Amino acid sequence: MIGAILQTSFRALRRDRGAFVMSFILPIGFFTIFGFVFGSMRGSSTPRVTVLVVDEDHSDTSRALVRGLLREPSLDAMTHARATKENSSPADYTAATAEAAVRSGDAPAALIIPAGFGANPIAFGPGGQRATFQILHDSADPVAAQVVAGMLQKTVMTSLPATMATMGSQYFDREIGGLTPEQRKQMELGLARLRQQQQQDAPASAGGQQGQAAVSSADDQSGMVAVHVRDVVGEKKKSPMISYYAAGVGVMFLMFTASAAGGSLLDESESGALDRVLSARVTMTTLLAGKLIYCALLAFAQLTLMFLWAALVFHLDFFSHIPGFMVMTAITSFAVASFGMLLASVARTRGQLGAFSTLIILTMSALGGSMFPKFIMSDTMIKVGYFTFNSWAIEGYQKIFWRDEPIRSLGPEAAVLVTAGVVLFLLARWFARKWEYS
Amino acid sequence: MSGDQNNSVPLRVDGVVKRFGAVTAVGGVSFEIQPGACFGLLGPNGAGKSTLIRSIVGRVRPDAGNVRIFGHPVNSAAARADLGWVPQELAVYPLLTCRENLEAFGKYQGLHGKTLDGAIAWCLEWAALEDRAGSPVKTLSGGMKRRVNMAAGLIHRPRLVLLDEPTVGVDPQSRNRIFEMVEALRSDGTTIIYTTHYMEEAERLCDWIAIIDHGQIIAQGTKETLVAQSFGSRSSVTMHFGATRVDLAAWAAARGGTAEDSVVLCSVEKPAEIADLLEAASREGLEVLDVTLQRPNLESVFLALTGKELRA
Repeated sequence: MIGAILQTSFRALRRDRGAFVMSFILPIGFFTIFGFVFGSMRGSSTPRVTVLVVDEDHSDTSRALVRGLLREPSLDAMTHARATKENSSPADYTAATAEAAVRSGDAPAALIIPAGFGANPIAFGPGGQRATFQILHDSADPVAAQVVAGMLQKTVMTSLPATMATMGSQYFDREIGGLTPEQRKQMELGLARLRQQQQQDAPASAGGQQGQAAVSSADDQSGMVAVHVRDVVGEKKKSPMISYYAAGVGVMFLMFTASAAGGSLLDESESGALDRVLSARVTMTTLLAGKLIYCALLAFAQLTLMFLWAALVFHLDFFSHIPGFMVMTAITSFAVASFGMLLASVARTRGQLGAFSTLIILTMSALGGSMFPKFIMSDTMIKVGYFTFNSWAIEGYQKIFWRDEPIRSLGPEAAVLVTAGVVLFLLARWFARKWEYS
Repeated sequence: MSGDQNNSVPLRVDGVVKRFGAVTAVGGVSFEIQPGACFGLLGPNGAGKSTLIRSIVGRVRPDAGNVRIFGHPVNSAAARADLGWVPQELAVYPLLTCRENLEAFGKYQGLHGKTLDGAIAWCLEWAALEDRAGSPVKTLSGGMKRRVNMAAGLIHRPRLVLLDEPTVGVDPQSRNRIFEMVEALRSDGTTIIYTTHYMEEAERLCDWIAIIDHGQIIAQGTKETLVAQSFGSRSSVTMHFGATRVDLAAWAAARGGTAEDSVVLCSVEKPAEIADLLEAASREGLEVLDVTLQRPNLESVFLALTGKELRA
């Protein structure tokens, strides 16, 4: 008897492609995405923190440190913007341009090597005379400042051997009472070799001794170099990730809603109501346009509710950003509604629609940053994410709510989402021909 | 034929052909319906009836031929305004109320304002649903759902109505109510195309009947004409006999009939001829248990022409 039940169940599963996809392909697909995101964190493709490096000291020591930072595998250090067709040799960052770049979201952090660093590079233990580095930070990426501070300590140790030895010798002279002439001669010979090595850019050892603990507060004077971290974006905001996740989670569920709303076409097709509607004075284009507007309005209402809730419970500053919110929500709702129309017009049954929309929406959400923040993704994953609505929508909302950028800065997001919406709607119309005539 | 004459014909189907791959669903069907007629379209499953109906309502594009409604091509605005389609399925929105459904389909037909309000009121009265106007369709009985389905197809008061099996799955009381609705339409002068699997419905409601099989109209006319074409004026006689050693097949064949087990089927021109059959049976010592005289009806015609029961 149980055998018959098993046989019936497996036969039904085999013939229900939607359920089959959900049972086997979806988990494997998801596992693969999570594997790419988290599995690569120990390998060479570890997500690197982008940091803009500004050298205000211009000494041999600071230049050696910059070279060390540029070689540091966990950092994507840049002393100037990437060359473009318009500007093939961009100028080095200054403190002001680096801060502007962090504010506009080009990088999560900038490191300022202060003037005087070469004269007083490091000190052993708390106190002591040393220049203070500044890290300008976008607190939307909570790990960037800590990684940069930690890697700074490490790079100082690994890329400035002569400086370390010289400062060690001075510390020895000051605290112990100095060396004998013979010892000093030997040490000078050794120091000369180290200086030569430091100037020749000896490769830093990626697996070498780690620097002292990274900063855990805005000011850290306990390391060999002093670091001051200053939030230049969101310094007055209470929770950096609220607008991120209001957009991320909102868009993900918007897509489910749009898919379900678009699925009413399939219901009407199965019940015969679609035939009846199309035999009246309604054309397929009119019908699809009506459904699109309905889906978009529904999505608009959902996102509005989501952000109002964020304002109420998580103190998101919603009411100061209403114009930007309206623009982003309108274009996001349009794009997502078109996406729902396309899914519904491609699917042949409700079952198919459910399976495919779940697969596609969860995949897009994972890649686009709705499930985990982008700063833990590798560069490749972030680039792949640009093929999703989630990524563009999150970026647009972050511009409005996090970086307080003006509406005109939403140009790229608006262009991508509106174009995607138009293209998807046209595709949906093309696939909907199957309902027009037999 | 002039344009005016064309415009007076509610439906003209001219040489319609529709193929699906190698299968010819409709193979060159032509007919027309006169104003005010109730035209019954009968056919066994797979005969091409549904494809023909969908061609008439513009949901199928014929490979050849054309369909005109009051002289206008199908899918033209004028044709859509003149044609009302009540599909076999319950093609309404189950979560909407009766009134909301009628409002939606009225707007899809281009009705607005007082015209729409008047049409809704007429439909609710015609379908006897005034007291359930505010009830969601999904909460109604099967018969009521059928009536909403019909009303939604007539919201724009078309001059030609296609009723595709409107009584499927309803109880006898609701069916009678639907018959009354159809008869009310007829008395208003509406032209009706009626498809059904219930022969008694066609006999009661339709004054012209076409039988379709294998994608062709194989017979059409009034009920009486069809019976006369198939059977002439003869009636069938069924005789049940008791156990006997007489060769019943030979006995039946001698009288133009057939026999199976102890049952003999014959035909007679007049009922009085039954007495001759009884006398012949008596002469052979046959024990007659039962005799039935039956006039041929549409069911007999359908069976004779298609070789299938209508509801098979």
